[in-house]
Amino acid sequence: MIIALLSDIHANLEALNACLKHAAESGAGRYVFLGDLVGYGADPQPVVEIVERYAADGAIVLKGNHDEAVEKTPRYMNDSVRAVIQWTRKTLSPGAKRFLSDLPLQAREDDICFVHASAAAPERWDYIDSPSAAQRCIEAARTTYTFAGHVHDQELYFQAGPGKATLFRPVPGSPVPIGRHRRWLAIVGSVGQPRDNDPAAAYAQFDTGRERITFRRIPYDHLAAARKIEEAGLPLSIAYRVAKGV
Amino acid sequence: MRAQGARAGQYASGAELDGFTLGERIHSGAMGHIFRVSGRSAAFPMIMKVPRIGPGESGEGIINFETESTLLPALSGPHIPRFVAAGALASTPYVVTEWIDGESLGQLLARERLDPSDTARIGAAVADAVHSLHLQDAIHLDLKPDNVILRANGEAVLIDFGIAYHAHFPDLLAEEQRFTAGSAPYISPEQVLGLRSDPRSDIFALGAILYEMATGELPFGVPATMAGLRDRLWRDPVPPRARSADIPPWLQEIILRCLEPRPEERYQSAAHVAFDLRNPDQVALTRRAERTSQSGFFEQARRWWQGRNAPHRPRGLPKSQVAATPIIMVAVDTAHPDDERQPALRRATAELLSLSSEFRLICLSVIAHTVAAESSMDGETASGIYLDHLARLRHWVEPLRLPPRRLSLHVIESANPESALLDFARNNHVDLIVLGAPHPSQLGLAWWRSVASRVTANAACSVHVVRVPEHADSRADTP
Repeated sequence: MIIALLSDIHANLEALNACLKHAAESGAGRYVFLGDLVGYGADPQPVVEIVERYAADGAIVLKGNHDEAVEKTPRYMNDSVRAVIQWTRKTLSPGAKRFLSDLPLQAREDDICFVHASAAAPERWDYIDSPSAAQRCIEAARTTYTFAGHVHDQELYFQAGPGKATLFRPVPGSPVPIGRHRRWLAIVGSVGQPRDNDPAAAYAQFDTGRERITFRRIPYDHLAAARKIEEAGLPLSIAYRVAKGV
Repeated sequence: MRAQGARAGQYASGAELDGFTLGERIHSGAMGHIFRVSGRSAAFPMIMKVPRIGPGESGEGIINFETESTLLPALSGPHIPRFVAAGALASTPYVVTEWIDGESLGQLLARERLDPSDTARIGAAVADAVHSLHLQDAIHLDLKPDNVILRANGEAVLIDFGIAYHAHFPDLLAEEQRFTAGSAPYISPEQVLGLRSDPRSDIFALGAILYEMATGELPFGVPATMAGLRDRLWRDPVPPRARSADIPPWLQEIILRCLEPRPEERYQSAAHVAFDLRNPDQVALTRRAERTSQSGFFEQARRWWQGRNAPHRPRGLPKSQVAATPIIMVAVDTAHPDDERQPALRRATAELLSLSSEFRLICLSVIAHTVAAESSMDGETASGIYLDHLARLRHWVEPLRLPPRRLSLHVIESANPESALLDFARNNHVDLIVLGAPHPSQLGLAWWRSVASRVTANAACSVHVVRVPEHADSRADTP
């Protein structure tokens, strides 16, 4: 079965629709949303409604730090992000806010652990920004596979030797065998706000039977998404990030 | 790695496994065993490779085995054994591939030293295979005569991808700090330092193989220690011509350029090595060709000083690194040197060359048979006609001011220009053909009958067709 792994949608409706369409066409049988449904983008309500529908059909949906921020403003967020969160709070329906606040931080299924940031203390929202951070996450998960988001780049960590994770930067569209004989941590990339100078939406597909993962980049109308951010009166710097993929 | 579940008795002659029947065991080495196998109605003979597993075996063999069974299904073409099947790594690890019927280059070299023309012919075949691998985003990293099988048709096949690198897959050997794999006599300096993502490492190993073919000796001996291996970071080998005087300067130039300690001073693409080996008269000779002894103390000290730093990590995928060093072929009609299309063709060529710093420009003129021409032109010999066209070709390319190592000039006799162009392009890994569109005066001719159209339709590479805009004068000339 193919599991579509989508993370960091950040209220980008155009990017989400493009990825969901691509996943359906590639025969995805299961959907997992790894958190940060909102924040940054101009369409939090439609995005939450879509994800709610998938959840009703059995999709796993996790909470990200931006989803949590809708409930309680954290101290660490900068002014522009804070402004978006306040706007998002006003925009979301009470039902959507309840949906976000009820989301779990992580989920486990068979030999897979799903988490937004790191399986080592998910509530701390630590970034997996080094092989040692990846190793801590893999050890805390204690599963063959860990799928995460939070870091917006697409990365695959693997254990080449005992106690040590190694980073591999995947080539989009090229399936990577990830056999069950070693442990893997895949960071699937951001649907709604990629930051690697390529504005195309990012997600990943895990084929459980063939034990392989394919990282995807999906071009979509990112200028429309950026324009909506501008028109909603949100900070221009955020519209710029979506338009340029930075 | 978790425990492996395979039992030792699973792999023995006569055993059945996933529809394969194991035959004779033809090899047992540090990495594992190789059996002939039959079954699954394959149209070609097959072998099964199984890793050494069980108590007392190091995990390394398994990593090499996993690397090979990941890479082989992703590789294709005549220079790689065809992949048939792989077993589950955790329970029944095996990989079944085509059995290449042929002698290994290692077996051939054990019998004899090769003369320069055989060295060039076989070396070019190996370079073809290496180029094909690099175009698939893979690097072999363990090229040696034993890993090259020569097919009866002259093609080379590369085997043993146990320490190979593929940019699309996690590199299981990336974190190996110490040098544990690869073959000491052939391995490149940057590989000694642990760098595994530079396709030019294979160019170095190719140079070591060429050296061995031509001289019968290994360029760096068989170092047994890390210190011995690191020597090649600054020490260059005894020049091939100092070992055997019958080696021509062009061959020494090619070999020593492959063996440059710094990757940026080597050939940047195996296609360029193949080209030089097939066109010795076009090899630009430098001081490398004249060298009669190893570099002096100061040169070695300079290299040692540079070699202290970590090697420069190349950017991008192997394929894009190789694509940055294209072979561009321009077809020049030297029979009509005053044609108005000549400057336009040159301008287009100059623009295309400006896109890359590392290129090889082949200027090719196809002329009608000189024997036929000879009878019609009094006093002119065939070689005179040939030299005349060569001079015109040189004159055509002169304004581009290209250094000799970037340039190659060829006059070919053929009654069929398009097939001559296509064959030359295909045999020399040409990435782009540049040629002129039919002249406005030839517009009466059906487009599909022109050389440009047939080359465009049948070329294995991109084709850039240069057209001169039609204007009043040229129309007036039309008969």
